[in-house]
Amino acid sequence: MMGSIDPILLIASLMVASTPILLAAIGELVTEKAGVLNLGVEGMMIVGAIAGFAMAVETGSPLMGFLGAALAGAALSLIFAFLTQVLLSNQVATGLALTLFGIGFSALIGQGYTGVRPPPTPKMDFGPLSDIPVIGPMLLRHDPMVYVSILIIAAVWAFLKFTRAGLVLRAVGESHDAAHALGYKVVRLRVLAIAFGGACAGLGGAYLSLVRVPQWTEGMTAGAGWIALAIVVFASWRPWRVLAGAYLFGGVTVLQLNLQAAGVAIPVQYLSMAPYLITILVLVLISADRRRAAQNAPASLGRVFHASS
Amino acid sequence: MTGTETAQLLTIRGLTKAYPGVIANSDVSFSVAPGEVHALLGENGAGKSTLVKAIYGLVRPDAGEMRMRGEVYAPSEPRAARAAGVAMVFQHFSLFEALNVAENVALGMETPPRQRELSAKIRAVSEAYGLPLDPSRLVGDLSAGERQRVEIIRCLLQDPKLLIMDEPTSVLTPQEVEILFATLRQLSAEGTAILYISHKLEEIRSLCDSATILRRGKVVATCTPREVSARDLAEMMVGTALTPPARAPRTDWAGAPALEVTGLSVASPMPFGTSLKNVGFAVARGEVLGIAGVAGNGQDELLLALSGELKSAPGMVRAAGVDLGDKGPNDRRRAGFVVAPEERLGHAAAPGMSLVENALLSGAIRMGLVRRGFIDWAATRAFAEGVVRDYDVRTPGTHVAARALSGGNLQKFVIGRELSQEPAVIVINQPTWGVDASAAAAIRQVILDRAAAGAAVVVISQDLDELMEIADRFAALNEGRLSVPRPVQGLTMEEIGLMMGGAHGMHVPEIGAAHLLHAEAADAEA
Amino acid sequence: MLKLERRPAPSRLWTAATPVLAVIATMIAGGLLFAALGKDPVEAIRTIFWDPLFGEFASYSRPQLLVKAGPLILIAIGLSLGFKAQVWNIGAEGQYMMGALFGAATGLAFYPTDSVLLFPAMVVMGAFGGFLWAMIPAVLKLRFGTSEILVSLMLVYVAQHIMSAASFGMLKNPEGMGFPGSRNFQHYPAAFNGELIAGTGMHWGGVAALGAVVAAYVLLSRHILGFHIRVAGEAPRAARFAGVSPALLTSVCLGTSGALAGLAGLFEVTGPAGQITTDFASGYGFTAIIVAFLGRLHPVGILLAGLLMALTYIGGELAQLTLNLPSAAVQAFQGMLLFFLLAFDVLANFRIRLAGRARA
Repeated sequence: MMGSIDPILLIASLMVASTPILLAAIGELVTEKAGVLNLGVEGMMIVGAIAGFAMAVETGSPLMGFLGAALAGAALSLIFAFLTQVLLSNQVATGLALTLFGIGFSALIGQGYTGVRPPPTPKMDFGPLSDIPVIGPMLLRHDPMVYVSILIIAAVWAFLKFTRAGLVLRAVGESHDAAHALGYKVVRLRVLAIAFGGACAGLGGAYLSLVRVPQWTEGMTAGAGWIALAIVVFASWRPWRVLAGAYLFGGVTVLQLNLQAAGVAIPVQYLSMAPYLITILVLVLISADRRRAAQNAPASLGRVFHASS
Repeated sequence: MTGTETAQLLTIRGLTKAYPGVIANSDVSFSVAPGEVHALLGENGAGKSTLVKAIYGLVRPDAGEMRMRGEVYAPSEPRAARAAGVAMVFQHFSLFEALNVAENVALGMETPPRQRELSAKIRAVSEAYGLPLDPSRLVGDLSAGERQRVEIIRCLLQDPKLLIMDEPTSVLTPQEVEILFATLRQLSAEGTAILYISHKLEEIRSLCDSATILRRGKVVATCTPREVSARDLAEMMVGTALTPPARAPRTDWAGAPALEVTGLSVASPMPFGTSLKNVGFAVARGEVLGIAGVAGNGQDELLLALSGELKSAPGMVRAAGVDLGDKGPNDRRRAGFVVAPEERLGHAAAPGMSLVENALLSGAIRMGLVRRGFIDWAATRAFAEGVVRDYDVRTPGTHVAARALSGGNLQKFVIGRELSQEPAVIVINQPTWGVDASAAAAIRQVILDRAAAGAAVVVISQDLDELMEIADRFAALNEGRLSVPRPVQGLTMEEIGLMMGGAHGMHVPEIGAAHLLHAEAADAEA
Repeated sequence: MLKLERRPAPSRLWTAATPVLAVIATMIAGGLLFAALGKDPVEAIRTIFWDPLFGEFASYSRPQLLVKAGPLILIAIGLSLGFKAQVWNIGAEGQYMMGALFGAATGLAFYPTDSVLLFPAMVVMGAFGGFLWAMIPAVLKLRFGTSEILVSLMLVYVAQHIMSAASFGMLKNPEGMGFPGSRNFQHYPAAFNGELIAGTGMHWGGVAALGAVVAAYVLLSRHILGFHIRVAGEAPRAARFAGVSPALLTSVCLGTSGALAGLAGLFEVTGPAGQITTDFASGYGFTAIIVAFLGRLHPVGILLAGLLMALTYIGGELAQLTLNLPSAAVQAFQGMLLFFLLAFDVLANFRIRLAGRARA
């Protein structure tokens, strides 16, 4: 029975299954590195999913779809940014509001798009490279967004590690009071980080509706945004570990789907729980070492910044 | 433009800044010459911080004029101030614990060199000035004194014309203070002007060339500190003559020590905290034990371990013969053991809650304010009103939020709340931190009165003068270890400094260290 | 430039006024949204907020108000305790399902008894189910420091799948001709939670909700535990100083909110819903978050907010029928309400001033 699962196809499909979470998680990582906890990832993802879908269907271009999704995600995140950074609202409550609003709003604009097929996203053409045995079918026959997502990870890593702006971003997330005292624009930087997070979440959502599924259904993110939040914790706020975490979850998802298809004697419902249960398990494992978890977290995460002087 | 003005580095005229309900600076004028060490002296709330924030570009004045070498100087942000050659060593809030020394330094510079070069530079300059630092260490792992070195190095690397230092000695041992002063004198000799903010009179007398004294936002006097006595300086600063607290003659109370701490070792709950290692002391009834130490050497942990917020093993803490080592705060209160933490807003009191609610916070047990889980609000209100009355807390009423009180009044309320519970043992961390002089004097007096009435008192403080004034015996925390307590009578500053850990690896700066900086600056320009 | 100045204490006037302002702003923004969808905004707003109470179908929709408000209030009261203490249970939807499942399973296990003890036993089991589900994030948080936000939320999806598994498996009606779903409690009098007063929509769930409002009010204003909950939210370190055990408080807050959500689920499954089905979940657990905030985390406020939110549900259904307004519109509407509420909150906590740029 396990023999019916081809490891090459499994890895190939886990890369596709992981990409939405990967995109959303790397965006949230940047937001959190700046000291902002945005729990609205799920909402931004699903709005990205419908915005990208609608844009792609109307223009016939998946590229326009992804662009539209990134813009929509960023636009939605700016509501969050305005509320938390300018009006100093509670980040947890505002993030929840963003998710609840996003789910309702996406269903509303998605009315006319149920059952429509989006234009197909073409695969990358690596020429003869994609015919290399094992590596070709496993890694080199995907759509561009899979590679873009990995490039984003690399870019975020380099940005945080090597650039001055990255250093300032980390500093703001570490202590907004100290950053302010040195003259850095805490609010401006955070708004930018939030918008980046929103754009990435939007891309992730669009990948779901345009490539992974590909169609539009209400509530189709089904907790992917929350899993992305968990992955940021799992990754201890390090970019490459986000990749590892997302692929791990993608693997679990694909595996359980394969098991379902293979007709294992476990009720479908129990298999479908697996990604969520694994998320909890991984959170437990990663949080168990409290001191380490505390040291890696940006120290100002979730705290309201108000320059009193 | 007059000749004297161009001779001055910084001239401030008529600077005014008002916040809602308070005028922080009113028509302040003074000037600083190149190489001058100029003191800004004043109590808490006198307007010193606002003034230097204006010079550093963090606050925009409402009115007035600043000139740098005769040119109009109006920095819109710290960047502009740094570009004009102003650097500042903050008292709080300007380091990042999770970043390393080099990254912290880079964040305070306009155009930092690459990491490797910067690290080499930090090493060289820190050695030359007697402030050794490892650029790759996380700031969170550094002691308070070392953190200050990071700030100073960050400023020095910019080759500043004016260096602002905000209460720099509160985190140093007496030995470290001497070395810091040597560094500052050297900088001044090299032509750097220093604006030195403090409320410590002896320091100002030994270091500064001139002083501007602020009271309630106004300049009340200018003087040459060396020519004025500390007593006169104090009177100028406070506005009235202060009487030191009166001590009742010591009664010898019979019986065992009221508080015994033996072999107390606990891990710090904070990410960059200091664990306590085998701390032991005993305090008799009627006695005041003073515990000194530079910030971050385990004071917060000691307070938590004594209050019961941090539990230790059985037998490590005993009050009035009762073993409280593994007991929580309320069991300790039942045994007559009360505590007043350092941080008033957020720890000793809930900022957004009323004084009545804050009275309930720690008074519930001993004052019998809760019956079968239900709160007796009338009794609680009466208790709060009693504290406000007996300890002279200035407030419109007990219904106002703790946050609305001034630091001194809230501290009087917090200390009064604990002292009016008829405690047998009292532990207070930083009783007069950030409190104005008259409130501080009142607080010290009530502590002494309570000791005279038979309570055992432990005062943890970074203010050595305060401890010398009220303590019978003295001990110091250094890296989580407590020195053996010694009678205050006859202790010298030197001995106290050694108990606090001495110079922590600092040494007197090399003569001519400045060439390092200037050479670098010349390199950069070339 | 606008400048915010923190008030020494939150303004009581604005704290009470912001929910009203938020509702008005939502009506305006919602009207614009509906206009964009090509509907008459005034009519849409009237259909949602006015018609359910006073329109031509009011006699049908009025009882629905209590039916819908009951679970919302019950859940929101529990959540508000946690939110006050900064314990973020956002998985009430899962606890609601598990309460329904535990309670229903208890009832169905004794089918077809007519014991009067059955319903009380089901109530207890329903509360227990929700409690148990909420204690998972509590225990994991205390033991390992995991975020209760993420764990409680993940458990919603897990509960959803368990619910689905139960209606296809364990609890499937043996006489249901193969359709998924349990027996209907309407045909099981000992376990049925019917209307207590005909035509009002008041069932035991409504009674429990009112009881919870009163109990929470007393707890928060008179009891030391309520005081500790408030201190923990206001200043966690001060709470520890006062001798509050964070572990105990986390357990109490999560456990209570779970039990109340479980109760809501039990009353729903044995009454208005009637049976366990795959689509039993109705979003009450999430909407209750909005109710809790809209009610300012105050029991009486939550009572009013719960009624208002129930109104938007019913009005939304009505608008769907009469104006062909998509059902998702109400959800977007509710989310918007929370946005406006959070935005207007700034007025309660800060004074807003125009910062003059006066410089000499």
